[in-house]
Amino acid sequence: MTTPTLADDIPVLELHHASKAFGAVVALSDGTIEILPGEIHALVGENGAGKSTLIKVLAGVHRPDSGDFRLDGKPVSFGTPADSKAAGISVIYQEPTLFPDLTVAENIYIGRQPRGRGGLISRSTMRAEATKLFATLGVPIDPERIAAGLSIADQQIIEIAKAISLDARVLIMDEPTAALSGVEVERLFGVARSLRDRGAGILFISHRFDEVFGLSDRITVMRDGAFIATHTTGSVTVDAIVREMVGRDISALFPKEEAVIGDPVLSVRGLGRAGVFSDISFDVRAGEIVGLAGLVGAGRTEVARAIFGIDRYDAGSVEVNGVPLRPHDPQSAITAGLGLVPEDRRKQGLVMELSVTRNATLTLRTALARFGLISGAREHALGEDWSRRLQVKTASPDLPVATLSGGNQQKVVLAKWLATDPQVLIVDEPTRGIDIGTKAEVHRLISDLAGRGIAVLMISSELPEVLGMADRILVMREGRLTATIDRTDATAERVMFAATETLESTP
Amino acid sequence: MSERTIVRSGEGVPATTAGTLPVRVRSRWTRILLSRDAVMFYALIAVVVYAYTQVPYFASTQTVGFLLLDVIPILLIAMPMALVIITGEIDLSVASTVGLTSAVMGVLFQAGVPIGVVLVLCLLLGTVLGAVNGFLVTALGLPSLAVTIGTLALYRGFALVVIGDNAVANFPQELTRFSTSKLGDTGIPVVMLLVLAVALVFGVLLHFTPFGRALVALGFNKEAAAFVGIRVGRAKFWLFVSTGLVSSLAGIFWTLRYSSARSDNATGIELAVIAAVLLGGVSIFGGTGSIPGVIIGVLLIGTINYTLRLARFSDVVLSIVTGALLIASVVAPSIAEWARGRLHARRTARLELQRAAAQ
Repeated sequence: MTTPTLADDIPVLELHHASKAFGAVVALSDGTIEILPGEIHALVGENGAGKSTLIKVLAGVHRPDSGDFRLDGKPVSFGTPADSKAAGISVIYQEPTLFPDLTVAENIYIGRQPRGRGGLISRSTMRAEATKLFATLGVPIDPERIAAGLSIADQQIIEIAKAISLDARVLIMDEPTAALSGVEVERLFGVARSLRDRGAGILFISHRFDEVFGLSDRITVMRDGAFIATHTTGSVTVDAIVREMVGRDISALFPKEEAVIGDPVLSVRGLGRAGVFSDISFDVRAGEIVGLAGLVGAGRTEVARAIFGIDRYDAGSVEVNGVPLRPHDPQSAITAGLGLVPEDRRKQGLVMELSVTRNATLTLRTALARFGLISGAREHALGEDWSRRLQVKTASPDLPVATLSGGNQQKVVLAKWLATDPQVLIVDEPTRGIDIGTKAEVHRLISDLAGRGIAVLMISSELPEVLGMADRILVMREGRLTATIDRTDATAERVMFAATETLESTP
Repeated sequence: MSERTIVRSGEGVPATTAGTLPVRVRSRWTRILLSRDAVMFYALIAVVVYAYTQVPYFASTQTVGFLLLDVIPILLIAMPMALVIITGEIDLSVASTVGLTSAVMGVLFQAGVPIGVVLVLCLLLGTVLGAVNGFLVTALGLPSLAVTIGTLALYRGFALVVIGDNAVANFPQELTRFSTSKLGDTGIPVVMLLVLAVALVFGVLLHFTPFGRALVALGFNKEAAAFVGIRVGRAKFWLFVSTGLVSSLAGIFWTLRYSSARSDNATGIELAVIAAVLLGGVSIFGGTGSIPGVIIGVLLIGTINYTLRLARFSDVVLSIVTGALLIASVVAPSIAEWARGRLHARRTARLELQRAAAQ
């Protein structure tokens, strides 16, 4: 581990060795960052590296369990976001939260409107102040217009204007460019640079290395909830940063059994949905695990939903064993032998109020019926059978799944699809939020399925999982497939490069 | 009664397993005897016993007859209504469907259409009226509350247009007499057999068919239901059709029982139906509910109302009691939930945090 490169200035904000645990889950083990006045500081790391938790600690959303938090060298402790804001820290989240029915000026001065005669709100002062703000930022936004209908870029500018009007000395932006077009990114950067030149400290999270290197003065890398290093931007390469982001041992944990790989079962051709993803084509063969990697928001889940028929698509086709699937009809996908373990277990994968048995047999409700009637005994037998096979730990299969742990809930989701005897199983973030022991069990299960000839498409944001499990890795970036990497050639660096925008620019 | 508390983190499960709640496992019989349906049943028995011993004239076969005749339309409509509410929707237009059916029945019969044809047309009408609700809710995605408030007014308006201020009363005597005839000297109306058949159909549908499983799942969680291939819109459409059909059946019974086809028949009974369904344990938020529970709920409200009337309380009191029971039945589960929540508050709060962090 490298220590932060300490400059001579006193950092306007510094956090050392902050930790934050939620119950048994440690989200942040060593949160360390220093922001100098007049610098733009980039924070990078894989999904789940603890960047968002760190920002929430700075924003006063989470109170750290331990650690040293200072502003201008003096220790501080924030209980609420309001404390943090009052101390001069402004956070701009990816999706700005403006009141759509109020005007731009009203949004900027919400809760602290300038007063005029008789204590009433002075709209003219408010308008004049807002106009002045936009003039300093050099962006033409009419303070009198209603916020609804503004582009995300404009909304972010308004949040920044609000931060300036609050005399923010530290401006934190969580993936500000994720939803912006090229021109808008340039304008945002212009604003960021002018703020820096006026002495503010700026921290921004980005997954795009061209932006990180183009804009920042220093870069801090995080991994697994901990600080790894801070570099001066000029003295470090993209390669070095990527290595620090992914650098961990990935060999042991995820065993993929060798399976006989057969003919293509799932064929996706030219799948597209306007503004979400386009021209997605790939095959998954019997016995093969295909990993679908990419950053959060690259469109992986959306592709899975379209294949399974949850969402509509505008172009292309999906075939199972050469037979085209009806678009937008999950039932016909299920009949054709498709199963989907969705991303959000609690909202999409399970009916939390229903019992383990009911959930596990929900996909089989028609098959369970004899002469149109479901026999409770058969339902129970099936539920118990699958709970046992997947070793679901529950006091009774009649209990609501809500009483199970996350890992056991995920086993129930898997059980309900395995019970349909699928030919293709799509798993979306199969081990998210699952403790390490159960995680290995889930991996063994998935590997087992492939061994039995099921075609598996696995979406995962955890690189080690993808690298360990997949026979082939597809990488998506901004709605397109950018790379197909075979198991033998796959390295964390290659996947990360394909997932970010630096594929062309690296040797 | 056997009862044991199991804390599963002590059973060799890794301590890091997030979300392991202490779970109370009760024996099958304990669960059945303490279920909400059972408690409602005890309440019904208590009210009947009280009225039987304390209220003059309650203890007679006539009571049974009148009470059940009063309750039949509500009981009928409560069956499909329970299913509609379980899926998280509502149908307020049922009473107007009864009224419109009644009006159309009177006009057609007076115009000389054979009574058999009239009955079939009336049932068809109900089906269409229900399908209109279903179409507006599922195909156009409008909220059922708004749609059925609209059709509540619309269908009642049609009824007025169809029959105006007139009343048709000269229905065939064998039918009107049949509608109030009793099974021997038990006092139980013969029509009750038909009602039980309807209840059986809806009970089996909800509790023993794939369709019923789908309804419960989508009532709790529409999104998860869609992910297992349940066609949410289609299921709801057919439920609205069924409320329309059963409401028109109730309209035919209403017309024959009072031997009077009028535009204002059954005005306002949608509230009685919904009150009974909720009192019967169906959750207004969807998902939870059982047909036996709803039947008990209807009988409970019916018995209380009848008893109050026998004891010469005014209609105002009846309406206050119905309203209070409705509120109580909606609030009671929340209070129970709150009490249970307090018991496990600390533990649950910790687990929620773990889950939040894990995501």
